Amino acid sequence: MALEFRSVTKRFPTNSGEELTAVKDVNFRVEEGEFVSAVGPSGCGKSTILSMTAGLYQPTEGQVLVSDEPVTGPNTHVGFMLQKDLLLPWRNIISNIEFGLESRGVGKEARRERAMKELKHCHLEGFDQQYPYQLSGGMRQRAALARTLAIDPEIILLDEPFSALDAQTKLLLQNSFAKTIAEAGKTTLLITHDLAEAVLMSDRILVLSERPGTVIADIKVDLPHRDEPIKRRTLPEVADYAAQLFKLLKLEEKAA
Amino acid sequence: MAQRHMTTIVSLTLLALVLLAWEFLPPALDVPRFIIPTLSDCLAEFQRMWAFEGLWAHVLSTALYTALGFAIGSLLGAVLGYLLGMSAFWEKVLSPYILALQIAPKVAFAPLFIMWFGYNSMPKLLVTVLIVFFPVLVNVLQAMRTVDRDLINLARAYNLSRFGIFWKIEMPSTVPNLMAGLRIASTLAVIGVTVGELVGGNTGLGFLISYGGGQANAAMVFNAIILLTVIGFVLYSALVRIEERVLHYLPKAHG
Repeated sequence: MALEFRSVTKRFPTNSGEELTAVKDVNFRVEEGEFVSAVGPSGCGKSTILSMTAGLYQPTEGQVLVSDEPVTGPNTHVGFMLQKDLLLPWRNIISNIEFGLESRGVGKEARRERAMKELKHCHLEGFDQQYPYQLSGGMRQRAALARTLAIDPEIILLDEPFSALDAQTKLLLQNSFAKTIAEAGKTTLLITHDLAEAVLMSDRILVLSERPGTVIADIKVDLPHRDEPIKRRTLPEVADYAAQLFKLLKLEEKAA
Repeated sequence: MAQRHMTTIVSLTLLALVLLAWEFLPPALDVPRFIIPTLSDCLAEFQRMWAFEGLWAHVLSTALYTALGFAIGSLLGAVLGYLLGMSAFWEKVLSPYILALQIAPKVAFAPLFIMWFGYNSMPKLLVTVLIVFFPVLVNVLQAMRTVDRDLINLARAYNLSRFGIFWKIEMPSTVPNLMAGLRIASTLAVIGVTVGELVGGNTGLGFLISYGGGQANAAMVFNAIILLTVIGFVLYSALVRIEERVLHYLPKAHG
């Protein structure tokens, strides 16, 4: 198993001295090679889940396990990507992709070789010497994915990586991400507020409640073409899944 | 391209007009030459200064201390800016004093420095260092405060050490602000040196200004001011060149 949350609760101190519970008693597992999405209303602690998986901070209660080991700090098993591409503007694309390898004792030539391989994977051949400002938003996100894949993480965390893109770029990028991730066989956790995106890209969808966030449903998406969202999009069942999610989220809103 | 030609032509025409007005307007209005010397008066005085006043040595001295004061002051400002930028505690402790020193008119320290160090080059160097120090410090500190948190988190997730984060994220992120601070500082450096030379000493263009002023030699004062401007301009242009090189990765506003 690649990732497991065991009764995880996270509280943050606030300025007023009270404590804010971001997520409460969260339990879920992600199997190796699985693509799981987490959807939920804004402020449901999606990003808290992501940060705890990345090891940026620890849960107040419970345990986060990556490859059966508790996460105690930033670690080499996890690679993450945000809505912002976070490419370093002063580095060209190839050395941006190398960035994550630099602190891992990988030699200069080996770094370049690995980065070039990922560049190819993400269909950015010929752009290695360009600077981020010279690339479109979609290409920059692909470069960010290449950087994430270059460190060969066991788990990829995606925090709304497509939400800043226009509709067409988004669709193409979802397709290219799905393919690249499937080829690499990576376990993936996608945080998103786009229900259709969750249905198109995932094996499984976790539905979170409003704050304090907890898992209220775990839906298996039983559809083909996980590696090709553009194809999956044409299946009539997609609408049913989306409607199901919609219902779940709406109900929770009323109950709150 | 045609547009650029046009601006050059208009700009040069304007210069020619001003020079012509300078040459012919004062005599036409009966302004005496010890009030406003004409262009030709200044050129004649320039030749005399070159031959008999050791002008070149004065220019070199001023240029040297401008560059030296700028280098030392901006180095100190940048180093302290980065150190304070890494420690929120010390930044909070020291910021009121930094603000006070920043507001205090640095040139007013010149007589004090002369009392302490005597009539040598030390006072003007110190005034220059002091005046250059703050804009660089403040710009670097401001930039350190606004480094993208997500970039730092990314670096942390990639296991970078504290020093690695500084060297690979914070330092490059702050370079645009550092360069802006250096540009401001370069224009101030000339002021620092000039004030130092005006107040005490017997070398440099600032000295020539007070010397010429004492003799009612307005042409000498004019020449010294022009040369000071040239020194400042050279320093500023050099920095702009360096900035263009260093910040090549920023998209340019004008293609």
